[in-house]
Amino acid sequence: MQAEATARHSDLSEKDNRALISVFSAYTVTATLWLLFATGVGLLIAFKFGAPEFGGGAWLTFGRLRPIHTNATFYGFASIALVGLGYYVAARSCGTKLYSAALAWTGLVLFNVAALAGTVALDLGYIDGDLEYREWPWWTRLIFLAAVLVSAWNLIGTVARRSSADIYLSNWYIMGGTLWGAIIAIVGVMPWYQYGLGQVAVSGFYMHNAVGMWFTPLALGVIYYSLPKLLNRPIYSYALGVFAFWTNLLFYPIIGAHHFEFSPLPWWLQTIAIVFSVAMLVPVWGGSSNFLLTMRGRIRDLIHSYPLMFIFVGVMSYLIGSTQGTLEAFRSLQQVWHLTDFTVGHSHLTMYGIISFVIWGGIYGLLPLATGKKASQLGMALHFWMALVGCFIYVTSLSIGGTIQGLDWMHGLPFIQSVIDMQSYYVGRGVGGLLMFSSHLVFAWNVWRMCYGTGAVASPLQALRAEESVA
Amino acid sequence: MNKLLLIAGGSTLVYACLAWTMGVWPGIELSKIPAGPGVEPLTALQSEGREVYVANGCSYCHTQQVRPLDADKVFGRPSAPGDFKYQTPELLGSERTGPDLTNIGARQPSSVWQYIHLYNPRAVVPESIMPSFNWMFAVVAEAPAGVTPVPLPNNYAPAGGVVVPTHQAEALIAYLAALKQPALPASAAPSASGASGAPSATGASSGEAPTTAKASAAAAPVGNYDATKGAALYTANCSACHQASGEGLPGAFPSLKGDAVVNKDDATKHIDVVLNGLHDARVSGVVYSSVMPPFSGTLSDAEIADLIDYERSSWGNHGAPITAAEVGVERAKAK
Repeated sequence: MQAEATARHSDLSEKDNRALISVFSAYTVTATLWLLFATGVGLLIAFKFGAPEFGGGAWLTFGRLRPIHTNATFYGFASIALVGLGYYVAARSCGTKLYSAALAWTGLVLFNVAALAGTVALDLGYIDGDLEYREWPWWTRLIFLAAVLVSAWNLIGTVARRSSADIYLSNWYIMGGTLWGAIIAIVGVMPWYQYGLGQVAVSGFYMHNAVGMWFTPLALGVIYYSLPKLLNRPIYSYALGVFAFWTNLLFYPIIGAHHFEFSPLPWWLQTIAIVFSVAMLVPVWGGSSNFLLTMRGRIRDLIHSYPLMFIFVGVMSYLIGSTQGTLEAFRSLQQVWHLTDFTVGHSHLTMYGIISFVIWGGIYGLLPLATGKKASQLGMALHFWMALVGCFIYVTSLSIGGTIQGLDWMHGLPFIQSVIDMQSYYVGRGVGGLLMFSSHLVFAWNVWRMCYGTGAVASPLQALRAEESVA
Repeated sequence: MNKLLLIAGGSTLVYACLAWTMGVWPGIELSKIPAGPGVEPLTALQSEGREVYVANGCSYCHTQQVRPLDADKVFGRPSAPGDFKYQTPELLGSERTGPDLTNIGARQPSSVWQYIHLYNPRAVVPESIMPSFNWMFAVVAEAPAGVTPVPLPNNYAPAGGVVVPTHQAEALIAYLAALKQPALPASAAPSASGASGAPSATGASSGEAPTTAKASAAAAPVGNYDATKGAALYTANCSACHQASGEGLPGAFPSLKGDAVVNKDDATKHIDVVLNGLHDARVSGVVYSSVMPPFSGTLSDAEIADLIDYERSSWGNHGAPITAAEVGVERAKAK
């Protein structure tokens, strides 16, 4: 079906093709700029744990920069990059042109205006509450919602023009992710049911679903397209992918309250969240084994292809990070880990290990197919290894440190002891963060080469394979 | 088209239903929870302070939720649903890089301490990694009438002039002072008042710690108190003001080192101060405006005995040691 779809793509006019390529490139470039900004801020605030006087004054105070870091990562970098990839995947897998290039550009402007306005507002102290991942003033979040709706409409329109009867699995996730993302944004912004403890319940829903029903589906959609494309072999089991899609949809939205265990939220709400956190093992293990089985026996291809290596790390993080999330939800382990830096390690293992690595794999794998320009092997190698080692140091430091923090509290030590005990782990976080940020500088250079540089034309093997899959 | 409708429309419909059930509907129901007994709305100044707290992201490091766990007992009683009636936006937080502030108004009632700490946390807690909020203060040649300058230790004070809080800092400290948990009536334990089927561990754990503390105190002979425990209790409860050196901060918090009450063999006054707190105290001819909180509600007799014995035998002090029983006598007197 995919072959048939791609065959039609040669019928597309050169103009439509160019429109898609410039949309994909522009989304990637602005996402890269947000990545540099967001992780630069992240690095600054990581240093503040060891040197609290570093960067003084209201505009550089930790409490303002922290939501700037998280929101710019989420809604600047990851959202824009994934929607850009989503357009390319939808158009190519459906063998058609974009429903509307103008709408795609409108969406890009809206995304960037929202992120810019939100960032400036937060730094000036205009905040809608320290409500994780929805701190931007409500009107900026409405601009973001508009961007998501425009993208959803455009993606559905593109899939509706497909040249085949079937809808490829990637598009299930990409259309679903944008539509669900719109619902999440609406639930998060409406005020009428968000007073006191009611707002706590909404926070639990929002912070969890923003990650798992917006970023994860889009990233999975990118994997379902890139992996078969890069390996030139179909996905191991299409049925397993469909099964994972529906189980993820049914289980994931229920587990948000596990962010507020032992809080005054109703006990049954917390218990249901824990039960379904265990159920999440079904789509997670189903999805990741599907990807790993698609890669089976192709280790040589894997180690010679950085795009595949990025995606492989993304898949492994999906397996490990999500399983860790299930374990963390148990009350016995939450007693130790809740409110410690272990959580921060977990969020980086998932948002960085899964989402960012899949984005990078997708961009390195697909952008050269679009522009015909490749990043250098050395550039990709530097990016990959610095990001991987940096993330490993970061997550390991905070996981060990967070455990010690939690045990200090359980043993009834004076609170300040947990602050003292974290110091060396905060240094570890800073070192990991520095490597991660450096890798992003290399990534920016690679993106430049793939979009505007005179970089080498996609390797003959790659081109040949692309041709093969067309045939 | 049918396929498209099924996948995009069907999944969205399912998701919308789940979003309603797990997000919006709990939001609607829980928004209706009435205020618990003694839970009052904030005053205008305190609300302003809360906005300063929110705008500067204090809750990224300080939670405002006390869990029904042993580890959280130092922060107050477990939070109850009725505590959150006037808390929008909610500030429960997800990280505890710094201590929980649910009950900070009771745990640290001294606004003098709060001002010094806000200006530069390391002036009172050397190991603190909290940012300085000195930009919420102004340095002036002379404090205006009616405003008390912040009594900073010399090595943290600016070279010239005195430090006075801006309106922003005053509002913030007023808000922190208002963070006091009202006592729950015995019948309305946090578990019973809304969250049905509460943590079964609660009852067991809240009864456990004092029992063990008492047991160990009974075993400890007079004059041979548990020094490790005493030191830990001092660090957790006293050193923020009186400092690890026991010397306090000149003009802000009195010294315990060589202090007459601490070194007097009759410990009645010493026990009384720890149990019931102190305000406007005159120590060695200086009047201290900072308030000392009472510890009768948070520490057991045995813990107070360990703590007092630690103070009486540290920094060159040589007051006669006391026992938990003596604390019990004083506690009974207060009632």
